[in-house]
Amino acid sequence: MLFGYHWNLTSDWAFALSILPMLLKGLVVTVEATVLGYLLALTLGLLLALLRMAPSRLVAWPTAFIIEFLRDTPLLVQLYFLYFVLPLYGINLPAFLTGTLALGLQYSAYTSEVYRAGIKAVPKGQWEAALALDLTPLRTYRDIIVPQAIPRILPALGNYLVSIIKDTPILSAVTVLEMLDVAKMVGDRTFRYMVPLTMVGVLFLLLTLLTATALRRLERRLPQRGIPLR
Amino acid sequence: MNPAVRFRQVTKRFGDLTVLEQFDFEVAQGEIVTLIGASGSGKSTVLRILMTLEELQDGEVEIEGEPLWHERKGGRTVAASEQHLRRMRKKVGMVFQQFNLFPHMSVLRNITEAPIHVLQLPRAEAETRARELLRLVGLEEKADAFPEQLSGGQQQRVAIARALAMRPRVLLFDEPTSALDPEMVGEVLNVIRQVAGEHELTMILVTHEMNFAREISDRVCFFDQGRILEQGPPEQIFTAPREERTREFLRTVLPDSGRT
Ligand SMILES: Nc1ncnc2c1ncn2[C@@H]1O[C@H](COP(=O)(O)OP(=O)(O)O)[C@@H](O)[C@H]1O
Ligand SMILES: [Mg+2]
Repeated sequence: MLFGYHWNLTSDWAFALSILPMLLKGLVVTVEATVLGYLLALTLGLLLALLRMAPSRLVAWPTAFIIEFLRDTPLLVQLYFLYFVLPLYGINLPAFLTGTLALGLQYSAYTSEVYRAGIKAVPKGQWEAALALDLTPLRTYRDIIVPQAIPRILPALGNYLVSIIKDTPILSAVTVLEMLDVAKMVGDRTFRYMVPLTMVGVLFLLLTLLTATALRRLERRLPQRGIPLR
Repeated sequence: MNPAVRFRQVTKRFGDLTVLEQFDFEVAQGEIVTLIGASGSGKSTVLRILMTLEELQDGEVEIEGEPLWHERKGGRTVAASEQHLRRMRKKVGMVFQQFNLFPHMSVLRNITEAPIHVLQLPRAEAETRARELLRLVGLEEKADAFPEQLSGGQQQRVAIARALAMRPRVLLFDEPTSALDPEMVGEVLNVIRQVAGEHELTMILVTHEMNFAREISDRVCFFDQGRILEQGPPEQIFTAPREERTREFLRTVLPDSGRT
């Protein structure tokens, strides 16, 4: 029994059907971690990108170091670090939040590079025209640069959404009952691993395919030259 | 009356390359000056320093008597703050060779963006003025079009309207027709001509259209390796240049004009 559901071991199909509600509970956690982690990655990534491009080296270089550090150390190491070290400094987050924080942090390093490349791809003449018109830097980003960068960065950002989905099982390492952890628990108790693990694979496949399709649709509807401002 | 623009002993380097050295240059208010000369002689650099797109290493630029790159604070002269640059920049407008319209904005929005957000004009007023300017450049009916729907000549005319919408005191043109197909050069030159006639603007143009320069300019400056080698009224420069280098340059750009 798990989450109040019982399993039925009479046949593989009956077993699969009986554990589906448990796995779906795990799936909800997976989706929640994905969405939260991704939102964090999107916002923090933009901040990191802007700091990384700051005119002052005192700002840009430490930011570059942080980005490099986040990108080039394993997610699991970062996760353990947050999970075991933060409490030593009196910060006690629930395991789920620690997990999504770790996901969001690492992916913010990835998205910051996407933002940076997208912003750099906007022609220099656009910056110069904005400056000649005396627009403030904030206004220039908001109205001129970002709307033109979005169509260029969306495909890459979308790919990271798909890969963050696939990284969520790492949360099981800190006792978060996401889909994989649920499946493993079912296996541990029934000594049947194949059915639950196969189901987890299929559910992940459905989730990523669905996301990828939605993203492709969104991309196709995006104007190529930038988000139109009338 | 202060000159509209004055370069005093300006030195500009790109790394090891010195483009301008102790460069002096003056433009009177309302004057129309054309800069001609071989590619790489520093013409764009002069305009770009005025537009604050390039910083200088030494010397000073004044706009209507006021220093551009420095300001006086508490009796001392200090490097210009961003605030000072922003205020000075409002006096200058620029039209680029590649137009640099904002591709994701309608023609109208291209023109109203800065008046609304920089000059703080109410939207309705900014739009009325934008439509007047579009009439001036002959593109009234294109207000709702996007830049990619326009020809190069039309885009450049919108860019001129966009620059005028900020009511600059000095308007800079950096080879405004060089990126255009030959059949579109005329329409853009016509608009510049009209702007020169209707507005009390100081204009500094870089152009390879020698006939146009001759007709529109109060003064022509021939650039050679970062210096103004020769300058004067267009008639003199084009018919009786004093310097051999000027004659040589004019021979290459005006093959049909024969020997002078
Ligand atoms: N951003 C830059 N970096 C390095 N060199 C530059 C840069 N801009 C211009 N230059 C050099 O400065 C010189 C003058 O250029 P420019 O003012 O553009 O000449 P012009 O407009 O007369 O063709 C050229 O030798 C050019 O290569
Ligand atoms: Mg040039």
